[in-house]
Amino acid sequence: MKQIWDFHGGIHPKENKEQSNQDGISDAGIPPRLILPLQQHIGHRAEPVVSVGDKVLKGQLIAKAVGAISVAVHAPTSGSVTAIEDHPVPHASGMTDLCVLIETDGKDSWCERTPCEDYSTLSKDELLSRIRNAGIAGMGGAGFPTAIKLHPPRQDKVNTLILNGAECEPYITSDDRLMRERASEVILGLEIMAYILQPGECLIGVEDNKPEAIAALREAAKETQVEVVTIPTKYPSGGEKQLIKILTGSEVPHGRIPADIGVMCQNVATAAAVYRAIRFGEPLISRVTTMTGDCIANKGNQNVLIGTPIDWLLEQNGYLNQKGSRLVMGGPMMGFTLHDTKLPVVKTTNCLLAATNKELTPPQPAQACIRCGMCSEVCPAELLPQQLYWFAKGQEFEKAEHHNLFDCIECGACSYVCPSTIPLVQYYRYAKGEIKQIKADQEKSNQARERFEFRQERIEREKAEKEAKRKARAEAAAKAQAAKKEAAAAKGTAASSPTEGSTANDKAAAIQAALQRVEAKKQAQTAPEVTLESLQKKLLSAEDKLSKMENAWKDAVENNPERAEKLATAVESSKTNVAKLNAQISEMNKGTGQAGGSEPQAPVGPSIEELQKNVDKAKSKLQLMLDTLEDAKLNHPDRVEKLERAITKNHTRVSHAETALSEATNAKKTTESTESNG
Amino acid sequence: MGLMTITSPHAHGPRKTANLMRVVVIATLPGLFALTWFFGWGNLINVIWCSTVALLAESAILLIRKRPVSFYLGDYSALVTGVLLGLALPPLAPWWVSVVAVGFAIIVAKHLYGGMGYNPFNPAMVGFALVLISFPVAMTTSWAAPTHLLDNPMSFLDTLSTIFGFSTQSIDAFTMATPLDVYKHEISHSVAEDVVKNPVFGQFIAHGWEWVNIAFLAGGLFLMKKGVFTWHTPISMLFALALMSLIFGWDADQTTPPLLHLFAGATMLGAFFIATDPVTSAVSPQGKLIYGAGIGILTYVIRTYGSYPDAIAFSVLLMNFAAPLIDVYTQPRTYGYAKAKRGTKEAE
Amino acid sequence: MSIILSAILTLLALAIVFGAILGFAAIKFKVEGNPIVDEIDNLLPQTQCGQCGFPGCRPYAEAIANGEEINKCPPGGEVTIQSLADLLDVEATPLDAEHGEEKGKQVAVIREDECIGCTKCIQACPVDAILGAAKQMHTVIADECTGCDLCVEPCPVDCIDMVLVPEDIKSWTWENPGNQPQIAGNIIATDKAPEVAV
Ligand code: SF4
Ligand code: SF4
Repeated sequence: MKQIWDFHGGIHPKENKEQSNQDGISDAGIPPRLILPLQQHIGHRAEPVVSVGDKVLKGQLIAKAVGAISVAVHAPTSGSVTAIEDHPVPHASGMTDLCVLIETDGKDSWCERTPCEDYSTLSKDELLSRIRNAGIAGMGGAGFPTAIKLHPPRQDKVNTLILNGAECEPYITSDDRLMRERASEVILGLEIMAYILQPGECLIGVEDNKPEAIAALREAAKETQVEVVTIPTKYPSGGEKQLIKILTGSEVPHGRIPADIGVMCQNVATAAAVYRAIRFGEPLISRVTTMTGDCIANKGNQNVLIGTPIDWLLEQNGYLNQKGSRLVMGGPMMGFTLHDTKLPVVKTTNCLLAATNKELTPPQPAQACIRCGMCSEVCPAELLPQQLYWFAKGQEFEKAEHHNLFDCIECGACSYVCPSTIPLVQYYRYAKGEIKQIKADQEKSNQARERFEFRQERIEREKAEKEAKRKARAEAAAKAQAAKKEAAAAKGTAASSPTEGSTANDKAAAIQAALQRVEAKKQAQTAPEVTLESLQKKLLSAEDKLSKMENAWKDAVENNPERAEKLATAVESSKTNVAKLNAQISEMNKGTGQAGGSEPQAPVGPSIEELQKNVDKAKSKLQLMLDTLEDAKLNHPDRVEKLERAITKNHTRVSHAETALSEATNAKKTTESTESNG
Repeated sequence: MGLMTITSPHAHGPRKTANLMRVVVIATLPGLFALTWFFGWGNLINVIWCSTVALLAESAILLIRKRPVSFYLGDYSALVTGVLLGLALPPLAPWWVSVVAVGFAIIVAKHLYGGMGYNPFNPAMVGFALVLISFPVAMTTSWAAPTHLLDNPMSFLDTLSTIFGFSTQSIDAFTMATPLDVYKHEISHSVAEDVVKNPVFGQFIAHGWEWVNIAFLAGGLFLMKKGVFTWHTPISMLFALALMSLIFGWDADQTTPPLLHLFAGATMLGAFFIATDPVTSAVSPQGKLIYGAGIGILTYVIRTYGSYPDAIAFSVLLMNFAAPLIDVYTQPRTYGYAKAKRGTKEAE
Repeated sequence: MSIILSAILTLLALAIVFGAILGFAAIKFKVEGNPIVDEIDNLLPQTQCGQCGFPGCRPYAEAIANGEEINKCPPGGEVTIQSLADLLDVEATPLDAEHGEEKGKQVAVIREDECIGCTKCIQACPVDAILGAAKQMHTVIADECTGCDLCVEPCPVDCIDMVLVPEDIKSWTWENPGNQPQIAGNIIATDKAPEVAV
């Protein structure tokens, strides 16, 4: 007998399994249409490889795995693809996701398969890739891609391979029936996994409330190394971490995976799927699902095609909808409620629980936490749920994290026992979501800061480079000048002394620099939002520049006639610049004068000022466009057309803005006049 | 079609806060019975009076705070406070003492701190401590003598009129110092053998008190069995108290002996009904051990060296202060961690 | 006299001893804190939009450190104001409307068939989130875009839109049960909002 351990806490909710585990697994049949979400697993969404209208065969690949963590999706039966679109999927949010919709043809004709009599003839990599291509993801609930799990990091040697047959959640019996009826498939699947991993021991943990399943497995496991271990019934013994503790006595360290301590856990249904995938080449296209709850007449387990619409399935089994009932996917402890019945069965749907509100009583109003500590008594993760609740409620997320919020497995044991009926788990989920969001935002803002700083640096650098280049040029020029001067001096023409010459050259260089700066400024001033102030500032600096340049020019005329010529043109352009700015300012003044004419207080709707601003904005934009157009006509004829289109659009924008403005002003005037009349 | 969409878990256990509180009230009945049996009608009247006042005070403050009255009254927490105060106050305490104690407990100690679940101090004990300090005379001279020691025990009506102040006759004839008080005073100038001759000690440990304490012990064990609280706090408190009195009080000629500590005064009531108040105690099992032990030690220290004969209220309140700190240092080790995170250090 | 003297001496000795202890403690347990500007900068959303009137988040952080108001950052909104208030231990004030309103998360999208490839938006983007070269169609790297909308104005053909980032199945998170009326828990109102349905 294998030694087993206990885990902290746990609860014994009413099992409610006998409603559905009496009869064998039946076949649900082929619904008229199938809805196949492309993301039924953890990781990247699969990418469709069929298109609308395509005929597909049973088992045919319809979406391929992309990225490292992903699995494929296959057609569960033959038919044709009617749509690839967003469709509501079973998810706690009730939102939509990309799905492939298939209209079945009822022929159920298979595509070509590659069966394999003896898995040991295949290499491990081949087996893994077949499992991946068969679209198998953990069928216990989370849906982690099985092939990835079976390929742990190199340094981790798996010593213990565990099959999870605990099925500790109330109501669910799909694994129970599967183990009873297909024990050999389970064992063979386990052997395939064992062949891949070469573990020291293979265990199957089954809760002692399933004696028939245990017997069947023991029978099938005769002559193999597999040991079927009976474990005491206690929720949540089927939690991966808890089962590992029960069977091996060791705990998965925080933030690590089981493989790090040489353990791996797989679900029994996954094992059966692996077997079928390798032996018969059948991808994962159906699963055993428990249909239970008092809203369903025919409770039991059925083999259901993935993608089968739940409403169809419920109809088949006699669904009696009642007021206030709920439809839970999964068990009553960890399952989530569905917003609608028009959702498909997916790879992780182990149970559909359609409960009356007598069965699962509606939540009572929460009372204050009395810190009775019952939650921490039952918490399998050995947390202090009442403290976590306190922190989550008070949005003290840091403290919640410090109290190991992220080690909560959301098993719901704490909410189950809480005498004040506080929705504890939802508080934890909310806090986890918030914390993740905050971290992601922080990450993003760090990234933005980095990029921003990088950009600043780059701009600086570019500037510096330019400067350096310019300097080098200026120096070269200065040298040439000096050489000339020297030559002149040597000729004996008494002129200014060499020192004087070099100062003149320096000055010339400075002027050059100034010119370039002006140039750069001009270019940099792409920002079109010209305010009066900025214009005035510009004007001032331009005037300043101008006077400096003029001085320099006078200087140069005396000392350096060659430079002087160039400077003269620069001065000229600077003058036009100033003139232009002046013109703009006066225009602007007019604008503001107009705006100033109207009353500053805003009536209902956008204020006149705002409208005025809009007009200005639109106008300046138009100006910018026109400028660009001019430029484009000269240099980029290809752009002209697009620009013209944009300009027409903008004309309308301007006129719109103007009409709005004038209307507002008129309205204003009328109100004013009426006011003054009255 | 109206499917209900809510978060898991969808099943809920049978426990309700209201039930818990009700069970607590029920569990006090043996103790109340013993008190009435041995000390007359005083406590019964007190319990009823205090509960009434508690419910009225609670309703009033809920109305002022604009809360749904019936919803909050339904959690029975005010009733528990009232009942506990009725049990803890001296049987013949005048009615206004009870009113002050209960009113202060409900209004100040509970609701001004935010209501049920938010109060840092045990409301009943805050009320008790207040009247103990404010009206020391009423609080020390109102202890009823064991009825068996009186030739002519007080009738129900007499008790009622005494408590409500209609009776003109002096109550001195019906009162008596508590055994703890007597022992503490007598032993300083006498020896144990003589001290216990005082009729208040009766045949066994302390007349009447031993049965009262045993009744509360029984009620407490019942609650423990029901899982209303874990064994940690009461057992560690009793253990600490016994240990302290064994170590320091082994000489019965010097100080109060262990058995008297355990079975006289409000020891069992305190251990099982007051120290276990979940709202104000430490949360983790380890924390509860420390918390309980602290109460036990403080009780011994105050009983022995302080000027008050009993000390449950003060020790509980003092440990209420310490509970948050204890929590910080007794966070349990979470699954998957080699060591528990203790203290306030944020970094991991 | 001697009493006074001894008293003074004792006090002096005590002062020296405690002073030494305090000085030692100050050195030994010195907290190497982030300079305050870094901490403030950390709280800002790093949108680099300049809506606060400073040329980027860091300059605003510096300004805050020098006493600037903390309520000028629309992208950060109330959350940022609150955390800044916590950090600096000042009163949280409502967002200064002059600098804009708090909007949802946005991202810039270029209507690619209208883009003329003028590179103007690239120059405007503070975080280099726009890809493209002269005369080539440009596109925004949505992951890098901070939603600052600085690129909208310079575009000569108005082909950049700011769109709200919708919540999808991947970004969805559970709601705060305290805010859900249909879920229990709300019967426990706070004193701030006493209107409770019975
Ligand atoms: S079980 Fe509920 S009431 Fe008790 S401590 Fe936990 S959260 Fe609070
Ligand atoms: S849901 Fe989380 S906190 Fe609650 S019992 Fe389970 S693991 Fe513990």
